[in-house]
Amino acid sequence: MFNEYNPLEKKMFQVIDNNGKVLDKKWMPKIDNEKLVTIYKDMLFARTADLQIVSYQRQGRIFTYPPNYGQEAIAAAAGVHIKDNDWLVPAFREMGTMLAKGVSLKELFLYFMGYEDGSAFKKAKNTLPISVPIASQLLHAAGIGYAIKYNKEDKVVFGFVGDGGTSEGDFHEAVNFAGVWKVPVIFIIQNNQYGISTPTKMQTASESLAIKAVAYGVKGIQVDGNDFFAMYKAIEESVDACRKGEGPILIEAVTYRKGAHTTSDDPTKYRTKEEEQEWEAKDPMKRLKSYLISKKLWSEKEEDSILPQFKEEIDRQFIEAENYGPYPAEDIFKYMYSEMPDDLKDQISEHERFLQWKSTKVK
Amino acid sequence: MNMVNAINDALDIKLAEDKSVIVYGEDVGVEGGVFRVTEGLQKKYGAERVFDSPLAESGIVGTAVGMAVAGLKPVVEMQFCGFIYPAFNQIISHATRMRNRSRGLLETPIVIRLPYGGGINALEHHSESMEAIFGHIPGLKVVVPSTPHDAKGMLIAAIESKDTILFMEPKRIYRAIKQEVADGKYTIPLGKANVLTQGKDVTVVAYGAMVREVQKAMVMAKEAGISVELIDLRSVYPIDRETIAKSVKKTGRIITVTEGPRTYGVGSEISQIALEEAFLHLEAPPARVSGYDVIVPLPKGEHHYMQDAYKIFYEIEKTVKY
Repeated sequence: MFNEYNPLEKKMFQVIDNNGKVLDKKWMPKIDNEKLVTIYKDMLFARTADLQIVSYQRQGRIFTYPPNYGQEAIAAAAGVHIKDNDWLVPAFREMGTMLAKGVSLKELFLYFMGYEDGSAFKKAKNTLPISVPIASQLLHAAGIGYAIKYNKEDKVVFGFVGDGGTSEGDFHEAVNFAGVWKVPVIFIIQNNQYGISTPTKMQTASESLAIKAVAYGVKGIQVDGNDFFAMYKAIEESVDACRKGEGPILIEAVTYRKGAHTTSDDPTKYRTKEEEQEWEAKDPMKRLKSYLISKKLWSEKEEDSILPQFKEEIDRQFIEAENYGPYPAEDIFKYMYSEMPDDLKDQISEHERFLQWKSTKVK
Repeated sequence: MNMVNAINDALDIKLAEDKSVIVYGEDVGVEGGVFRVTEGLQKKYGAERVFDSPLAESGIVGTAVGMAVAGLKPVVEMQFCGFIYPAFNQIISHATRMRNRSRGLLETPIVIRLPYGGGINALEHHSESMEAIFGHIPGLKVVVPSTPHDAKGMLIAAIESKDTILFMEPKRIYRAIKQEVADGKYTIPLGKANVLTQGKDVTVVAYGAMVREVQKAMVMAKEAGISVELIDLRSVYPIDRETIAKSVKKTGRIITVTEGPRTYGVGSEISQIALEEAFLHLEAPPARVSGYDVIVPLPKGEHHYMQDAYKIFYEIEKTVKY
């Protein structure tokens, strides 16, 4: 696959078309039917949650949120392949992979409500918190890769970034370091066409983002990120290559952010209706659903009956997060150092004395 | 043993004792670093544990963050203080935040070794002393040894710490001071200042290469009948308020000696501590001997910038006579 779809060939790897029809059976991954339906349901759950979060935000019940809408196939495919012991180094638009790793929706809700506790993942092992400074997290992926290789562990790192992130120096340093060290890292660029409002063509003069792999001497591939089967296959082969010591791998997943960059952004300012409609036809959920329906594995009826259950579950976890409780003052000091310096102890006391005084003044 | 040997000894001890210690940076492997601090370590411990990285400071610290969260203890070298800035983002945005961000689940025990300071006739960007901007970063510890003995004990303590530590090495005195350094392992707690000389008229707080300059000034002070109490701060953050407060309560006067630019500098912070902790004991305003708020000049002009014993004695005399 990496030879046939070498980025210099300027071909995008696809397995199904927009109607869910298999283009070339050779590349169709072997996934058993039951598992495939579970994957689809997980994607549907993630999309439903994502849409629901945006509406919570509109109700003023959650702060700024970056929607995943339209990019679910990428996170889902990574989620299927990532194992408990593998490492996930997310950017901030990989909900499906985080859920697959064991992060709970409630934890994600807490994070976006403004609690660091939402990044203290109770079940998800080897999962870094969301990283806000663009592309900076990819170096962590390369460093974790070094640790895996050094300790001779059978693990892989999944490191995510967006198209805009490929302009940052840390992106280049990360792929370069990982390439020099030959470490088991899969870099996944979610090319959703925009860095906030800036189109990908204004980020780079390169023919593609995948082609950047060539310069660093690592395997790269451009994949239709809205084609679940293509993403599944590409990640499957990447994981195999990494486990054989042939990493790192750079995947450009071509997709489209159907929602806004974050809830503070208005995409109508920089996108046309025509463009949105064009991408609507390539929606990853629709394509996978068409395939499933054509194989009689899924039906609109089943979807209609499962959606209310999902909504209820999402609401339940949201309300749990809403009732999380107060944020103790001590928590802002507690995790700064392994042992609290005297200075910070003094500052806690100072803050407490002030709060005490304030409580006598505020009516 | 000089400071270069002492730091090498500390690295050697920790590499031997702890398999998770990894040493890397630009030219630290085969060449042993541009100052030869890591000389011989690659030969002894292999290129998996002591190695040359690509030439990218953000890459070095950023990968160290990844290694650290995955259980290694990276000790990385920034070749010169003036080259650390590409790594600034990784320090301020990640290394110092991971524990807080994950509510204690992830830790980043990283030591960033940083040769710093002027007085070595170097090119541009090779003489800065910018500890103040690092002391301002929540979650970072910034320490500076002034002797080979301290360098060894403090570096071992730094490698054994679970925090991210900026270990600043006064390169001007890398080879200038030789002293007996104890064999084997010992540690010096980070965050504690060291009262080097007891005195009664004025407290002088310095660290790194400036300690030696103060000691020279103290010879002049003694001839002038002035008794100086010298504190080696050792740690820019955490800062040892207690030792500073105790001393200034005794002497009633305080002078700070730092190499970096004056405004918002470490001297300002120490003066504020003196004001908060010992206001009623003060007999003179806290004084600062520091760099001016200018770019460190190239070698021919550097004597206008660097602090020497005369400048320090000049301030001592002024403060005592105030």
